[in-house]
Amino acid sequence: MNIIVCIKRVADTSEAEIVIQRGGQGLEEEDFAWGINEWDNFAVEAAVQLKEQHGGVVTAMTLGGEDDEEVLRRALAMGCDEAVHLCDEAFAGADAWGIAKALAAAVRGRSYDLLLCGAVSGDAGGGQVGGFLAGLLDLPLVALATCLEVGSGNGGTGGVARVRHEVESGLERVVEVDLPAVVTVQTGINEPRYVSIRGIRKVAGAEVQVLDGAALGLQAAELGSAGARVRLEELFLPPRGEGAEVLEGSDEEIVQRLVEMLHQRGGL
Amino acid sequence: MRTIMAIVEVVDETALELAHAARSLGEVHLTAAVFGAEDAGCAELARYFDRVVNFPLSPGAVFDAEHAAAALTPWLAAEQPFLILLSHTNNGLDLAPLLAARLDLPMLADCLELGLRDEQLTAVRTLYAGKVHARVVADAKGGALATLRPGAFDGDEAIDRGGRIETAAVPPGPPARRRLLETVAAEAGSVDITQAEILVAVGRGIEEQENLEIVQSLAAALDAEVACTRPIVDKNWLPKSRQVGTSGQSVSPKVYLAIGVSGSFQHLGGVKGKPFLVAINQDAAAPIFAVADVGVVGDLFDLVPLLEEKIRARKG
Amino acid sequence: MLALALATLVWVLWQRLALLRAAAPSPRWDHLGERLRRLLVIGFGQSRQPRYRVAGIVHILIFGGFLVLSLRSMTLIGEAFSAGYADLGSGYAAVKDWTGVVVLGACAVAAWRRVVVRPARYHDRHARSSHTPEALLILALICSLMLADAAYEGSALVLEGKGGGWRMPLASLLAWVFGAVQQTGGAEQPLLGGIHLAAFWIHNAVLLFFLCLLPLGKHFHVLSALPNVFFSKLEPSGKLKPPSHLEADFDALEVVGVSKLEDLGWKELLDVYSCTDCGRCSDHCPAYAAGTALSPRMLSIKMREAAYAHYPLRGKVVPPEQRPALVGETIGTAELWACTTCGACEEACPVMIEYVDKVVDMRRHLVDDGRLPASLQKPLAALEKRGNPYGKMARKRGDWVDGLAAEASANGNRAVGSDRSEGGDPAPCGKGVRILAPGDTAEVLYFTDSCAAFDPRIQRTAVAFAEILLHCGADVGTLGKDEVDSGHEARRFGEEGLFLALREQNLLAMEQRKFSRIVTSDPHALNALRHDYGVELPVLHHSQWIAESVASGELNMQGIDDGRTYTYHDPCYLGRHNGEYQAPRQILAAIPGLRSVEMERCAGRSFCCGGGSLSLFNEPECERRMGEIRLDMAAAAGAQVVVTACPFCLINLEDAIKTSGRDEHMEVVDLAELVAQSLAPQSAAMESESA
Repeated sequence: MNIIVCIKRVADTSEAEIVIQRGGQGLEEEDFAWGINEWDNFAVEAAVQLKEQHGGVVTAMTLGGEDDEEVLRRALAMGCDEAVHLCDEAFAGADAWGIAKALAAAVRGRSYDLLLCGAVSGDAGGGQVGGFLAGLLDLPLVALATCLEVGSGNGGTGGVARVRHEVESGLERVVEVDLPAVVTVQTGINEPRYVSIRGIRKVAGAEVQVLDGAALGLQAAELGSAGARVRLEELFLPPRGEGAEVLEGSDEEIVQRLVEMLHQRGGL
Repeated sequence: MRTIMAIVEVVDETALELAHAARSLGEVHLTAAVFGAEDAGCAELARYFDRVVNFPLSPGAVFDAEHAAAALTPWLAAEQPFLILLSHTNNGLDLAPLLAARLDLPMLADCLELGLRDEQLTAVRTLYAGKVHARVVADAKGGALATLRPGAFDGDEAIDRGGRIETAAVPPGPPARRRLLETVAAEAGSVDITQAEILVAVGRGIEEQENLEIVQSLAAALDAEVACTRPIVDKNWLPKSRQVGTSGQSVSPKVYLAIGVSGSFQHLGGVKGKPFLVAINQDAAAPIFAVADVGVVGDLFDLVPLLEEKIRARKG
Repeated sequence: MLALALATLVWVLWQRLALLRAAAPSPRWDHLGERLRRLLVIGFGQSRQPRYRVAGIVHILIFGGFLVLSLRSMTLIGEAFSAGYADLGSGYAAVKDWTGVVVLGACAVAAWRRVVVRPARYHDRHARSSHTPEALLILALICSLMLADAAYEGSALVLEGKGGGWRMPLASLLAWVFGAVQQTGGAEQPLLGGIHLAAFWIHNAVLLFFLCLLPLGKHFHVLSALPNVFFSKLEPSGKLKPPSHLEADFDALEVVGVSKLEDLGWKELLDVYSCTDCGRCSDHCPAYAAGTALSPRMLSIKMREAAYAHYPLRGKVVPPEQRPALVGETIGTAELWACTTCGACEEACPVMIEYVDKVVDMRRHLVDDGRLPASLQKPLAALEKRGNPYGKMARKRGDWVDGLAAEASANGNRAVGSDRSEGGDPAPCGKGVRILAPGDTAEVLYFTDSCAAFDPRIQRTAVAFAEILLHCGADVGTLGKDEVDSGHEARRFGEEGLFLALREQNLLAMEQRKFSRIVTSDPHALNALRHDYGVELPVLHHSQWIAESVASGELNMQGIDDGRTYTYHDPCYLGRHNGEYQAPRQILAAIPGLRSVEMERCAGRSFCCGGGSLSLFNEPECERRMGEIRLDMAAAAGAQVVVTACPFCLINLEDAIKTSGRDEHMEVVDLAELVAQSLAPQSAAMESESA
């Protein structure tokens, strides 16, 4: 059971003030804390758990700048066996399509039964990369997995996985999918293990394979912003409080007005 | 005239939103591709679409992204529409990127707004769970695909367009690589929040499990049910049956009190029927304030008990 | 028989010691003088026994009896080899006979308690079996030793035609019985001789059986407790065992934490052998009282059972991979995460068993293995990324000081939190709290730690303390955004690597600034700075600072007479772990009119409120929250206001007030707030002067 898990380093903006840079092309990142995308963390855990049950090799893969190696180290500390870093200045400004193309190029020729991705990312949140990969590699796709079990599988020569995944209206479906396949992982599928500082340090010396565009056989026009099919024109802050009447005053006054409003709206 | 194809999973509000978004791009010829719809469903769609193409499903089968992708890919490749539209639902996440890749089309995901500028498709979409908006653009000369956030667009108005209804032939293909085994409801709970008139929804802002008490106590004072966001269910603090959102229940209460809920679209996607929405949140930048009717920026641990007290006092 | 018995004993002990020989090192051969002192006071002196009055006295009597009679027992064995060996003179005979009476009496009381009184602590909620049968067997053996000796002596008295009189009450009593039997039954001399001989052999047989039995059960403590006391931990209890005694470089360690018995130090395994199953630890454990999975006693018992099972007397040692996992199976993870490291168990243990180090060592293993409660992952990640468990932005760490400055200027008081530039004139009555830039100097460094820096409720405590500092005219600075969490709790939750990283950052920030003392309002930070950081400068807790200032007359407090009764709750890391019980009480006593009472569990026996820092993110499953139980104790003492001196006690107890519906009639305050409040009229006067 060989698994490739695609991960991404994203910013945690939870406590940070969002400040858009002049020109609207980026955010002030000073206050951001960076780390593995939440969904990807569940995907790594799922991959490592499958390996622990069935044996095999788990390869973590990311596309990004030098700092992004951090999430690969973390994945190694969680139990991934190999790490591949798609790193090239020319990748800057890549859209989801560009990321998927580079990942697909890196995946081709490797032996794997499962390709796991987080279902979406905490930053762009389009949920596209997994589906793009399935399309580019001509593999079956199951999106938003909440449970994942595999029967057999030995490096791309067959076997099936049983995947439970979310569809509409709070329903879930259980499907059987031929391997190799792409599965995108929803949060809550497992309890990701903790990665201690020591755990990270222990893999500090582990080898990370670095591949640039040329190594992937990609042309300059396909890379980064040059190859992006979706271009960013401008970032802006969402219209705040649009429609929302923000109550002000002391807690006492606010709550009193709230009670009146609830009363008028039939909430009491 | 440009042709636009809307891929419709089920005949409901989201289909009308696709129609409305498509029409807003100008004079277009609009086709709905639907799976296993009954005659009445096709007829309903024909009121909004110029053409309805029904892909039959074998008896007992349901809409399935793998099956849909297999059927749609050759058909869309032959039709060569200017734009393909889908809803950004769970099924949409399962199907849209796969289609875009197979058809080699640019894709705009999870759009809040859609526009056309020369041969370019523009859209507004969100980053960081709604904290930042981005205007993006894709070259649509060779066609494009976009998924629309449910609820972000108005439904189309009922003008009977008398659309032509066709049945498509699903080409025989290799056996599906993905097979449906069963459909299961998310764990059933004892409560049915979908029927509640008043919901008190609690999100990550509650911080700890035992703090749920203050929310439960407020709900009791309001004769309301407690609902929650996905992270609360992920932590096993409340059962799945109380989760509102795209991966949980769809609710349509009269009053929706969101406490410590940031307002991700996945959550708000489950809030239907425009309730009176009150948000209490510490973070003034939380997206919930963009959709709430009334917002309070403050510490829920102070406000919620106080609110409960006042409500109980008023009720006597 | 003797040879066989002694050989058995030696063989059993040797087998038992096999595990200790396989264990990790424990450096416990230092400070032999102090160790000897402890052996005399706590071991032979039994100083920790009387904390439970009846049981303690009974134990002291039986222990004393053992000391007196062990001589007799040895000489009786000698008697078998050489007649007259047992005769140590009439003086000793009298003493040992009286001792026998006392021991028999004590045994009777002990048996009565076991069978009739049955104190709650004897039975552990988590125990699978009762140790009462073993206890009764041992009592029976002790009694039979006493009686056999008395029969031996008594029959001798009759045979020799002597009377023991009041000097030998037990022997005389039996002599009288034997005499009476002899007269009425017409029994002959040989029968008495038989009794004499039988008593002699019974005594010796029972004694040797008893000795061989000891290392098989809880009465191993008879042999191991004294060495256990001798080798007990001499460092302050707040000082944790390092991850390794052999390798100082944490990153170089191959194995971290304890995952099997052999990872424990030999002294820690001696602990396990020495547990008397008395239940005092669990009786004092707040987690046990709250109904969590933890019972410290069971940690020892379960480890001992595992030790006996895996290092059997007969057969081979069971290799670790064939045993149930020590951490996770033998000891449940829920037990380990329920510990607040308050140290009440260690304070209560009469034989100086150490628990906190073991718990932390097992947590270190769990953390290394990635098995951490999900609720702790986020705060630990935030500690790593942002230096505080709340995930707040590091650059806002000093903002409360700015808030202080803003408030002060609004009040027309320039002094509190005067601006951070060093160029400005110091305010007339002191400089207040400043944020120190690298290179800056202040007389005192206020180490705020995360809670006071970010929690709005605790910021109020910090502000109150800042007002007091100002009032004293102290020149105080903080590290501002360069401070990170002390890492105290991260370390105690087993995340040593994270602790080391945080310590490094703080030590660097301190190195860049000059000051001669450190003060903190958080006992956890105090303990970290003193014991985890090894800071050489004096580190004071704010209660100590305030008490000093009160003593020197710098603080003149107005009376607080609000008709309410106050009680002081000792924070574990101020009291038990750092020995400061007096300063807070002196402060309370110095506030005129303030009426204060003590709770039954106070000072060294204080009851933990539920734990600090990360414990707030990881509340164990329980029947009743520790904080609520503590409030019950305060209420029982008749107090309406609980005064504490730790931000986490404040948070936990305030929560408990809400959850137990006591909002109306109870309140918790920090000492600093109380003192600042009692200064209020004066500072108002100052303001009007300056106006």
